[in-house]
Amino acid sequence: MSFFSKLKESVAKRTESVTQKFVSGLSKTSSNLVGAMGSIFTGRSKIDEDLYEELEEVLIGADVGVPTTMHLVERLRQEVKARKIKEPSELQLVMSELIAELLEDDDEPSLQLNQDGMSIILFVGVNGVGKTTTIGKLAHKLKQEGKKVILAAGDTFRAGAIEQLETWGTRAGVDVIKQQAGSDPAAVIYDAIQAAKARQAEVLLCDTAGRLQNKVNLMEELKKVFRVVQREVPDAPHEVLLVLDATTGQNAMQQAKTFGQAVNVSGIVLTKLDGTAKGGIVIAIRHELDLPVKWIGLGEKADDLQPFDKEQFLHALFQEED
Amino acid sequence: MAFEGLSGRLQSIMSKLRGKGKVTEADVKEAMREIRLALLEADVNFKVVKTFIDRVKERAIGQEVLKSLTPGQQVVKVVNEELTELMGGQESKLAVASKPPTIIMMVGLQGAGKTTSSAKLARLLSKQNKKPLLVAADIYRPAAIKQLEVLGEQLGVLVFSLGDKENPVKIAQAGIEKAKKEQFDTVLIDTAGRLHVDEQMMDELRGVRKVAEPDEILLVIDAMTGQDAVNVAESFHREMELTGVILTKLDGDTRGGAALSVKAVTNCPIKFVGMGEKADALEPFHPDRMASRILGMGDVLSLIEKA
Ligand SMILES: Nc1nc2c(ncn2[C@@H]2O[C@H](COP(=O)(O)OP(=O)(O)OP(=O)(O)O)[C@@H](O)[C@H]2O)c(=O)[nH]1
Ligand SMILES: Nc1nc2c(ncn2[C@@H]2O[C@H](COP(=O)(O)OP(=O)(O)OP(=O)(O)O)[C@@H](O)[C@H]2O)c(=O)[nH]1
Ligand SMILES: [Mg+2]
Ligand SMILES: [Mg+2]
Repeated sequence: MSFFSKLKESVAKRTESVTQKFVSGLSKTSSNLVGAMGSIFTGRSKIDEDLYEELEEVLIGADVGVPTTMHLVERLRQEVKARKIKEPSELQLVMSELIAELLEDDDEPSLQLNQDGMSIILFVGVNGVGKTTTIGKLAHKLKQEGKKVILAAGDTFRAGAIEQLETWGTRAGVDVIKQQAGSDPAAVIYDAIQAAKARQAEVLLCDTAGRLQNKVNLMEELKKVFRVVQREVPDAPHEVLLVLDATTGQNAMQQAKTFGQAVNVSGIVLTKLDGTAKGGIVIAIRHELDLPVKWIGLGEKADDLQPFDKEQFLHALFQEED
Repeated sequence: MAFEGLSGRLQSIMSKLRGKGKVTEADVKEAMREIRLALLEADVNFKVVKTFIDRVKERAIGQEVLKSLTPGQQVVKVVNEELTELMGGQESKLAVASKPPTIIMMVGLQGAGKTTSSAKLARLLSKQNKKPLLVAADIYRPAAIKQLEVLGEQLGVLVFSLGDKENPVKIAQAGIEKAKKEQFDTVLIDTAGRLHVDEQMMDELRGVRKVAEPDEILLVIDAMTGQDAVNVAESFHREMELTGVILTKLDGDTRGGAALSVKAVTNCPIKFVGMGEKADALEPFHPDRMASRILGMGDVLSLIEKA
């Protein structure tokens, strides 16, 4: 069975509505990356340097990034040689396999939860990427699964941040623990942990203020929050999710490195994948970082959060192929 | 600081050239290959990179450059000029309506920094003894109005809102009416973040533009944006006829490719850059100074002004 039909078959077992979300959310990426590769491969009669160079441009143009692009093109050259491929039209399949190879599953669950007792999840990232919104969406999801969830308003800095989280809390029907704007975020988180213990919550989702990773004092503040969580609950935090905006370019790698060093990031939430033509960053992340993409954001509504599913992703990317 | 990574790369390429007594066509081509890679790694859009490299190559390989007494210097000069041009040439100031109020509309993707930048502009105008009015036309994002109200209060600038039940067109209209009646001289309309491909939401923006007849429509864009920056800018420009750009979060360590791409595709000047989260962290953008800073040619003018 071919690569594409296998993909189709396994995706067919998933929920139709979820598949639809992936397909429509990634349609831009698909035409921009896969469609553009396709026109290179079908529009040429031989495999030459110009072809490789155009392919490089398409990949870089989709935010795959220079290092990952170089890697993919080098792998393609190897495969062409090894399999003695002469026809450019055969390259689309090879490229899809190579991309699939990079996305290799590590079978990580979308959330590492503590089975008996409370789980604490910390959300971190630069400004405006979608931390607070993701918490709102996840609260909604966990609540639907019947879990007792509490939110901690750990962004005490940005104007309206607490009210924003409260709105999400009301929507999801979960409590929000807060202090006044301007108070110490570590103190808010401490309070929230005590409240979550007292109310026997199963999951505590902690919001933090957006901060650029090169701001040393703000990163120190985040480490302090992290230490409070570690101290108050054994094995916590159970997840530290770095929220990345899919529209971001290669600075995403820097964000992952610096936040990773500061607070031990365990996974990535990739937001705003809807509509952007740049799902290519997923490929770069998988190649350059040792971090699983756990969730993806495909819109601004409560149910626009999906566990990252490699096969769904590939299927949505290569939907036109068969 | 933003641009640092790009700057380091370009400077080492440039210094190699500068040090050469004799520069051959091959030297220039080699340098251009390296510059191409440096720009791509900085997220400059690949089409923009292509045009840029072609232009520099054409000028630099010209006889007068390579035959000159200081060919290396001359090539560096060409790169500097083209880079300045790429970023917009001259500083571009905010428009002022001949008959007040001046109307400024902020547009852009989600989380780019529209609300924060609106507040920053309001502060700047207040400092110039103007009387700005902030209009809260984001009815979607949870607590968006509250965010603007808190910022307005901090700055002592009035925020006009009709809550989140009225539509943004009506809010803009009512805000402008109020400004006219009460002698506000500038109206800053904060709109909701939206994807450039969201037709319904872009339609709404056009509606606001129609009633507001803005003097400035500023695209607020995150300096960390990747290759999609040009599509975003192109779409917003096509739909809205932008008059300028505010580039935010330049206080990060991004290589800033978006900055170099957006002007190129829209031909709209970058008017301001956001350098932090606080209300005073907004600076006018000087393309020439930024270009020389990136190439390490000394940012003499800015230094003189700071002193
Ligand atoms: N289209 C789309 N918009 C999103 C998504 N996730 C978040 N947003 C929007 O992005 C904007 C910023 O989201 P927030 O949740 O406030 O981001 P944040 O990281 O908490 O921001 P700060 O706290 O200011 O650092 C809001 O307008 C959200 O509605 C997504 O998956 N898709
Ligand atoms: N470091 C830094 N942060 C900024 C800058 N401009 C805005 N921000 C932050 O970016 C985040 C998003 O800013 P907002 O002003 O809420 O963005 P927005 O475009 O109004 O967002 P939506 O209304 O959700 O579309 C906030 O955390 C701001 O504090 C800047 O120049 N530097
Ligand atoms: Mg937030
Ligand atoms: Mg806003």
